[in-house]
Amino acid sequence: MANLIRNPFGEALPMRKAYGDALVELGRSRTDMVVLSADVSSSDFSNLFEAAFPDRFFNVGIAEPALVDVAVGLANGGLVPVANTFAFLFATRALEMVRTHLCYGKANVKLAGTYAGLSDSFDGPTHHSITDIAILRSLPNMTIVVPADPLAVAKLLPQVVETRGPVYFRICRNEVPRIFEAAYQPEIGKGIVLANGSDATVMACGVMVAKAIQAAAALAREGVAVRVVEMHTIKPLDTALVERCARETGAIVTVEEHSVIGGLGGAVAETLADRAPVPMERIGIADTFTESGPYEDLLRKYGLSAEAVVDAVHRVLARKCANDAREVAVRR
Amino acid sequence: MTQSEAVGAVGNVYPYGIRHTPEMIADLSRRAYEYRLQVLRMVYGRKSGHLGGAFSIAEILTALYFHHLRIDPSQPQWPERDRLVFSKGHACAMLYTVLAHRGFFPVEELSTFRSLDSRLQGHPEPAKTPGVEVPAGPLGHGVAIGAGMALAARMAGSRRRAYVIIGDGELDSGVIWEGLLVGAKFGLNHLAVILDYNGVQQTGTTAHVMPTEPIADKWAAFNWHTIEIHGHNMAEILDALDHADEVHGRPVVVIARTTKGKGVSFMENSPYWHGGIPDQQQYHAAAAELEQGARQWQI
Repeated sequence: MANLIRNPFGEALPMRKAYGDALVELGRSRTDMVVLSADVSSSDFSNLFEAAFPDRFFNVGIAEPALVDVAVGLANGGLVPVANTFAFLFATRALEMVRTHLCYGKANVKLAGTYAGLSDSFDGPTHHSITDIAILRSLPNMTIVVPADPLAVAKLLPQVVETRGPVYFRICRNEVPRIFEAAYQPEIGKGIVLANGSDATVMACGVMVAKAIQAAAALAREGVAVRVVEMHTIKPLDTALVERCARETGAIVTVEEHSVIGGLGGAVAETLADRAPVPMERIGIADTFTESGPYEDLLRKYGLSAEAVVDAVHRVLARKCANDAREVAVRR
Repeated sequence: MTQSEAVGAVGNVYPYGIRHTPEMIADLSRRAYEYRLQVLRMVYGRKSGHLGGAFSIAEILTALYFHHLRIDPSQPQWPERDRLVFSKGHACAMLYTVLAHRGFFPVEELSTFRSLDSRLQGHPEPAKTPGVEVPAGPLGHGVAIGAGMALAARMAGSRRRAYVIIGDGELDSGVIWEGLLVGAKFGLNHLAVILDYNGVQQTGTTAHVMPTEPIADKWAAFNWHTIEIHGHNMAEILDALDHADEVHGRPVVVIARTTKGKGVSFMENSPYWHGGIPDQQQYHAAAAELEQGARQWQI
């Protein structure tokens, strides 16, 4: 395992700018790629693609159902559409289109949901997207990918477009520190072990990967060796890696910028229940709507901080130790 | 010709571009009745399906598949094929019947409609049924999907066209009007929508459930080229399809005034027969009327 993590982290860069740049870069080689927007291209920076390739960019107006359906028609003609709007809108207003035509009909359409999680922080709960993974994960044939830093956006987007069938690419709006070294080579469907450890495993996605790494460093100072796994693909989940981490470390903490219901934590819990039950804690937003505020403050208030991850690891270790003690007692 | 031969035979195709003759009109009109009979058998046999909206679209689908569409049943995925989006998916028994008689799959398979393991699902599924382009069932998708198909055709510099069949009940759905805006914005002359305006939806007349008149004015106000026809008159249908191909710079809507349940007197204009299933007596009465309907076009 090469060291993939920058130490210290690099400067923070806007994820949406990284996304717009990645679209343009990919558009040069993939002439079959078209980009659609529901009139938010100046928000998600898909307007960079519009400027570079005006003949391959379509603004359908503030009409998310049509955004997806027009993309379905373009895909039927052999093009690879990347549809863009705010993350929550794909999973809510356009959901029936996504279910019927992308997932059931297997249309080769990519959804780029920007402003994911709490990242459109000041616009408030109407714009926060904290249930999108749960909703879209329940749909057969869907692939869900969550990049963790600007480099991950650039490295994963070509694979998103290359993957046959519907893919949901879930992108933060804001400045995120560069956490990965250039050697980082993600592959859709495969989790990445970023740091080794045998006491517990922290599995994170998106902007919470940085918090997980910080938590692991703090725990290391206490003498707790935590394995850090980046699960950039929520579906199909790398269940083999989840099972291996459960068996090798005996405790798991999931960390995501999403509701604790049905996201990465839900997916990992399902896998553990089926294959290797071990103590598990889920870091995410409680089953509640949120509020407006500065991004980092919001993350902290709703339990998405490195400190919260450290606390969760302590809790899961206590449960693991209690289980171990019970087992020893039973054996005696 | 016996009735079973008429239904079982793969129909003659009149190539795109030829001018229609009285014999062609009679032949296609007769077949539309025979296909209604086939649909009646499918729905009666499975005790499930939608007759009214299938009967209202019989002539239009027959005209498209046996004359107007540039398609190749031996290559359902031929990239340059015309696209047909069957947005009113519940009426798919008629689509399946026409596809089978056009040669996309064996006519004998029609009897498996809505059965376990069948390729003929309750609503269209492209992965299962050759000739089906997109799923349908949840209503309102057709116009926006057709707009995407027309955009793709234009980008490719192709002359292929997208035809979309919608029901009038679908006009209640907001995404239909989003599709109208998109079609007009991009001036999609590769796009033709055929509106099966049969005036009846599941729980009542469209005038009662959700009034949509003056419907031609609405499409015109959205900058679409409008054509209004009698949707069971084969000559008017064929002329309208030719006319639609000649319009430049704008998408076209053919507003086809039709009768829900067309061809069976007691089914016509009745919401009950949106999804009603005939009993044995009704089945025989309906079959007799449809056979009579086919005979009237016998030359």
